[in-house]
Amino acid sequence: MAAELGASVALRDLEKSYDRVAAVAGVSLDIRSGEFLTLLGPSGSGKTTTLMMIAGFETPTGGDIAIDGTSVVGMPPYRRNIGMVFQNYALFPHLTVAENIGFPLKQRGVSKEDRARLVGEALELVHLPGYGGRYPRQLSGGQQQRVALARAIVFKPRLLLMDEPLGALDKQLRENLQLEMRRLHADLGITFIYVTHDQEEALTMSDRIAVMNDGLVAQVGRPEDLYDRPSNRFVASFIGESNFLPAIVRALEDNDVVVAECQGALIRAVCPSRPAAGDKVMLTTRPERLRFTDGAWNSSTPQNRLSVTVTEAVFAGERCRYMLQAGDGTAVVLKEPSSAAIRRRAVGEQAEIAWSVADTILV
Amino acid sequence: MVPLLLAAPLVLYMLAFYALPVLAMLMRSISDPTWSLTHYKDLAGDPVFIKVFWNTLETSFIVTVSTLLLGYPVALALVRAPKWAPLILILILLPFWTSVLVRSYAWMVLMGRHGLINEALLAAGLLERPLRLLNTPLATQIAMTHILLPYMILPIANALRQIDPSLARAASGLGATPFASFRQVTLPLSMPGVAAGVLLVFVLALGFYITPAMVGGPREITLSMLISQQVEELNWAYAATLSAVLLATALGIIALFYRLPGIGNAFTTSGR
Repeated sequence: MAAELGASVALRDLEKSYDRVAAVAGVSLDIRSGEFLTLLGPSGSGKTTTLMMIAGFETPTGGDIAIDGTSVVGMPPYRRNIGMVFQNYALFPHLTVAENIGFPLKQRGVSKEDRARLVGEALELVHLPGYGGRYPRQLSGGQQQRVALARAIVFKPRLLLMDEPLGALDKQLRENLQLEMRRLHADLGITFIYVTHDQEEALTMSDRIAVMNDGLVAQVGRPEDLYDRPSNRFVASFIGESNFLPAIVRALEDNDVVVAECQGALIRAVCPSRPAAGDKVMLTTRPERLRFTDGAWNSSTPQNRLSVTVTEAVFAGERCRYMLQAGDGTAVVLKEPSSAAIRRRAVGEQAEIAWSVADTILV
Repeated sequence: MVPLLLAAPLVLYMLAFYALPVLAMLMRSISDPTWSLTHYKDLAGDPVFIKVFWNTLETSFIVTVSTLLLGYPVALALVRAPKWAPLILILILLPFWTSVLVRSYAWMVLMGRHGLINEALLAAGLLERPLRLLNTPLATQIAMTHILLPYMILPIANALRQIDPSLARAASGLGATPFASFRQVTLPLSMPGVAAGVLLVFVLALGFYITPAMVGGPREITLSMLISQQVEELNWAYAATLSAVLLATALGIIALFYRLPGIGNAFTTSGR
C-alpha cells in the first residue's frame, strides 16, 4: 500500500490534570488519515489542551498518543514534524514574511535556493504572492493568518493542527477563510485537526466533529450525524437549538423506536439504546423541524403531534420564531420559514404542532 | 499650559541647583584663567589623560561585557522559571538597594590581604602566601560588575518578558531545537533589552568613582578619580575639562545607541 499523504492519529485514554484538576479526563479518539476533524466544545472543555498534547507542548498525565501507529509521548515538539497554526498566529515579528515561512525549512537544513522556491509556492497557495519582503506588522489580520497557514504547511507535514485560527477575524473574512481551508485540505490531502468553539465553523468545515465537554468526548460523528442524532443532552443543546420534552417510556417498537408519554400524548422517538418501560427520559427536537398542522395535515412519514398555546411570536425576516407552551408549561420553540402566504399566529392562539418521528431523539 | 505649570517647580529647582552649577563648572574649562580652548588642546598631548581615559574605557568595556555574560542567563531564568522568579528578584534587588559604599567596603573585606578569600584559600592549603587582590584593576572590575549587574539584568528581563510565549512554541513546533529557537527567535527579540542594559552599564561605569577609588589600583585610576584628584589640588580648570570630556563621551555613546535601528525606543515603549 502506498504511503498515505495524511497521518493517522490515535488518542487512547488521554489525560491531563493540573494540580489534580483534570483538563482532559480520558479522551479516546481515532483520527483517520486525510481527515478534517474538529474538536468542538465550550471554553474549558479540554479541546485546546488535547491539541497541545498532540503537538507536544503539553505532556499527558495519562494515556497515549500515537501518530501513524507510533507513540509520540515524550517526543519533543520539534521532532514531531507537525504543522501548527496558533490562535494569535505567532508570526516572528523580527522576520519578514518569507523568512517566517522559510523558518521550518531552515530548521530542516533546506538549501537557500530550495527555500526561496518553496516559500514562493506556499505564498501562491495562500494567495499572497509578492508579500515575501514585508514584515508581519505590515499585514492585516487575515493576511497574517494566511502567512501562518503557509508557514505551517510549507514543510509538507502530514498533520496540521489549528487552534481557533479564525477566532480574531471578522465574520466575512472568517467565512472566506473557512472555504479556503476546506479547499486547501482537499488539495493537500493531509490530516487536519481543528479546534474551535464555533459550531457553525465546525459544521461547515469538518469531515467529522468530536464534541468535547468537561474534558471528555461527548460525541464523535459527521456534522449531520451530530445535528440529526445527538447522543446526549449536551450535544443536542450545544450544537444548534433544541427543544427538550420530558417523557416517560411506555413501549419499545422495532427499528430503535420508543413510544413515550409526553404531555398526555404519545410521542415516538428514535433511540439507539434500549430504555425500559417506565423510565423517565428526555426527548429532543429541532425548532425548524416542527410545523403547525391546522388540524388536518397529512404526511407520508410518521408524525408526532402536540397541542400548544402560542406565547410569543417574533418575525425575524427569513423566518418566524414562535415560543409555544405545552399542556404542563414546557416551553417549545418553533421556527417557520416566512412567507406572505402563511398565516402568522397570534399570541394566545391554540394550535397543534407536528413533526417527524425521525426528528425526535431520545437523549 | 497646565502640564508646564505642574512641572515648573521641578524645572526651577533643577535649573537653580543643578543645571546652573554644572554649567558654571564646565565653563571653567574654557574661561579659566582666560577665554580659550587651550585646556582641550593640551589634553590631546597629555599622556596622563590618555592613559586614564583609555583605562576608563577599558574598565567600562570589561564590566559591560561581564555583566552581559553573567546577567543574560539570570534574566532568562527570571522570565522562564516563574517559580523561582521571586527569589531571583530578591537576590538581584537586595544588593541593588544597598549603598554602593557598603558594597565596596564589603569587597574590601573579602579581597583584602587578610580578607575572607585569601584566608579561605590559605586555610585550604591552596596558597602559601596571600594573593594580591585588593587595589588591582581586577578588583575594580569584579566589584563594579557586581554593583552594575542589576542594571543589565532588569532591562533584559523586561525585553524577554515582552516576547510572546507562543513564539517559542511556534518555533519548537516548526522544528527548531531549543538552542535554534533561542538563537533565531528569543535572542534577536531581546536585543532592545540588551542594548538598553549595555548602554546603562557602560555609561554608569564611565563615571564610577567610589568603587574604583576604594578597591582599585593606585596606578590604574579612572577619569572620575583623576577629576577628584584635580579638584582636591584646586586645579579647577583641568578638572572641568576632564568633566566635559566624560560628559561628552557618555552623551556620544547614548546618541550612538539611539541611532541603532529598533533600539532607540527600548526605553520609551514596550519594544513592540
